[in-house]
Amino acid sequence: MKVLSIAFNTFRENLRDKLLYNLLIFALLMIGSSLVLMRLTLGEFHRLILDIGLGSINFFGVLIAIFVGIGLVSKEIEKKTIYTIISKPVARFQFLLGKYVGLSLTLLINTAVMACGLLAVLSMQDVPIHAVLFKALIMIVVEFMVITAVALLFSTFSSATFSAIFTLALYVIGHLTPDLKAFGEKMGGVGKTILEGMYYILPNLDRFNLKGHVTHQLDVSTGDLLAIGAYGMAYTTFLLTLASIVFQRRDFR
Amino acid sequence: MNVDSEQIVTVDHLSKIFKVGFWGRRVTAVDELSLDVRRGEIYGFLGPNGAGKTTTIKMLMGLIYPSRGTARLFGRPVGDQAAKAKVGFLPESPYFYDYLTSREFLRFYGHLFGLLGATLDKRIDELLELVGMTHARDLQLRKFSKGMLQRVGIAQALINDPELVILDEPMSGLDPIGRKEVRDLIVRLKESGKTVMFSSHILHDAELLCDRVAMIMKGKLVACGQVSELIDHGTTQEVEMVVDRLSPEGIEELRPLAIKTLLHGERVMAIFGSQRQVDEALDVLRVHKAKLVSLIPHKASLEDLFIRKAQGVQQVVEVHA
Ligand SMILES: Nc1ncnc2c1ncn2[C@@H]1O[C@H](COP(=O)(O)OP(=O)(O)OP(=O)(O)O)[C@@H](O)[C@H]1O
Ligand SMILES: [Mg+2]
Repeated sequence: MKVLSIAFNTFRENLRDKLLYNLLIFALLMIGSSLVLMRLTLGEFHRLILDIGLGSINFFGVLIAIFVGIGLVSKEIEKKTIYTIISKPVARFQFLLGKYVGLSLTLLINTAVMACGLLAVLSMQDVPIHAVLFKALIMIVVEFMVITAVALLFSTFSSATFSAIFTLALYVIGHLTPDLKAFGEKMGGVGKTILEGMYYILPNLDRFNLKGHVTHQLDVSTGDLLAIGAYGMAYTTFLLTLASIVFQRRDFR
Repeated sequence: MNVDSEQIVTVDHLSKIFKVGFWGRRVTAVDELSLDVRRGEIYGFLGPNGAGKTTTIKMLMGLIYPSRGTARLFGRPVGDQAAKAKVGFLPESPYFYDYLTSREFLRFYGHLFGLLGATLDKRIDELLELVGMTHARDLQLRKFSKGMLQRVGIAQALINDPELVILDEPMSGLDPIGRKEVRDLIVRLKESGKTVMFSSHILHDAELLCDRVAMIMKGKLVACGQVSELIDHGTTQEVEMVVDRLSPEGIEELRPLAIKTLLHGERVMAIFGSQRQVDEALDVLRVHKAKLVSLIPHKASLEDLFIRKAQGVQQVVEVHA
């Protein structure tokens, strides 16, 4: 109940944020731009549309998750709006969870809007739509949930600006973790230990990326999908627990 | 009057040390503070800027953690959900979600107490009426003036019909009419059986309203008790005497008794610091057959106490420096 009220209020706050609409419009323009590009590029245009479309959804979704997400908690502390919430019978973790659920809802709806844009473009261009496309979209949402949790964790102890930088950095590194491991293997010694440690601790965001499967029309088995989903959920739970612990201990001053 | 002695707020040797800056310089904001607020009273929490009032209140509301000591609300440790359900809190210069209208805002806060539907809507209308904000109920808070925000802030503090209301500087940002309205509101809250604790550095308000006050300076308690008691014990009640036709010998006898004597031709004005000295002075007048024009006690106020205490604190600090 309390978590849902906070979630709903967060969602409403997001909806009244102009930044959200600007990002959404850009995303739709990017997805739509493949209509123009297609005519310029002969052959393989199906693959290009899907590539640009999924890429845009992912990129803009991450931007929303980061730039709307970092403000979630740090802005409440900076603006002191949190004083009146925490002084009500609301536990701190409930506040965090509410914020998280609210932004996840925003992202879900945004992804749905962007996905509709993509589907419209695809049907206009007579591109066949396979089930794997929807699986890829679901995994994109799971990735957003992990990134939102990262943004939330950072914003429980650092300012909005730092949270944005950290989260963005983690997003980039998170997509490079297999390279970290490979690189570590070559280095050997202490470097190997450190890079391998990072490989296991940092979220392996590339696992959520099914773009290659979509463009090459390779299906993903339900078992694989569930495994990736479970990985995302476990990682999110870990991040939210950590965020709650940090948040519980801090002073709001 | 047993009910009156029930402690609603208990603060026991509470301290808060902030670490500021890169080197973690330690600032003691609240220093071994102990006080208690009893059921049904209006309790004034007074002190100059930077005395530690807000810091103490934030510890009571579970927003910051004490460095030492304990604070309890309704006998429970601060942060306890059941205790928080019975408290209303107005933070200092409140900030709220500025994209919400007053009604949306109050509805959201009502939900946090589990209030719902028609009951909540009715409560919101009553509260907006109470703080005189009915006309602005569908206006977004970002379009509010400071005083309007303060009023909505008071409304949100009362949404759960709390038993204890803690207000940090409730009068700040309000015009004289608004301040009077808040004073009246505080009295009405007391009349309906609620306990009110509010911080202020406007001593006049406190003097009018409070059953008891605590005065803190530099984080330390410097005075606490009933307002009348504090004024009587903490300050000297001065009496001003005006006399005509007092002989020069009489004046010389009067001088050592008074704190100050002023001569105005025929007329003598003298200020005395105690009743005993006034009595002796009256004897002098009788002996010298002078004419008493007036005898006026100067009512001491919390302000006198405040200033005396402030000077005292400064002296202590100078000694240590
Ligand atoms: N977040 C903080 N970090 C460091 N020091 C702080 C912090 N908040 C308050 N202080 C210090 O603690 C002391 C008490 O501040 P506090 O805000 O409690 O005073 P106050 O009595 O509420 O004053 P005012 O009447 O101006 O509101 C001050 O010396 C202040 O500098
Ligand atoms: Mg203050």
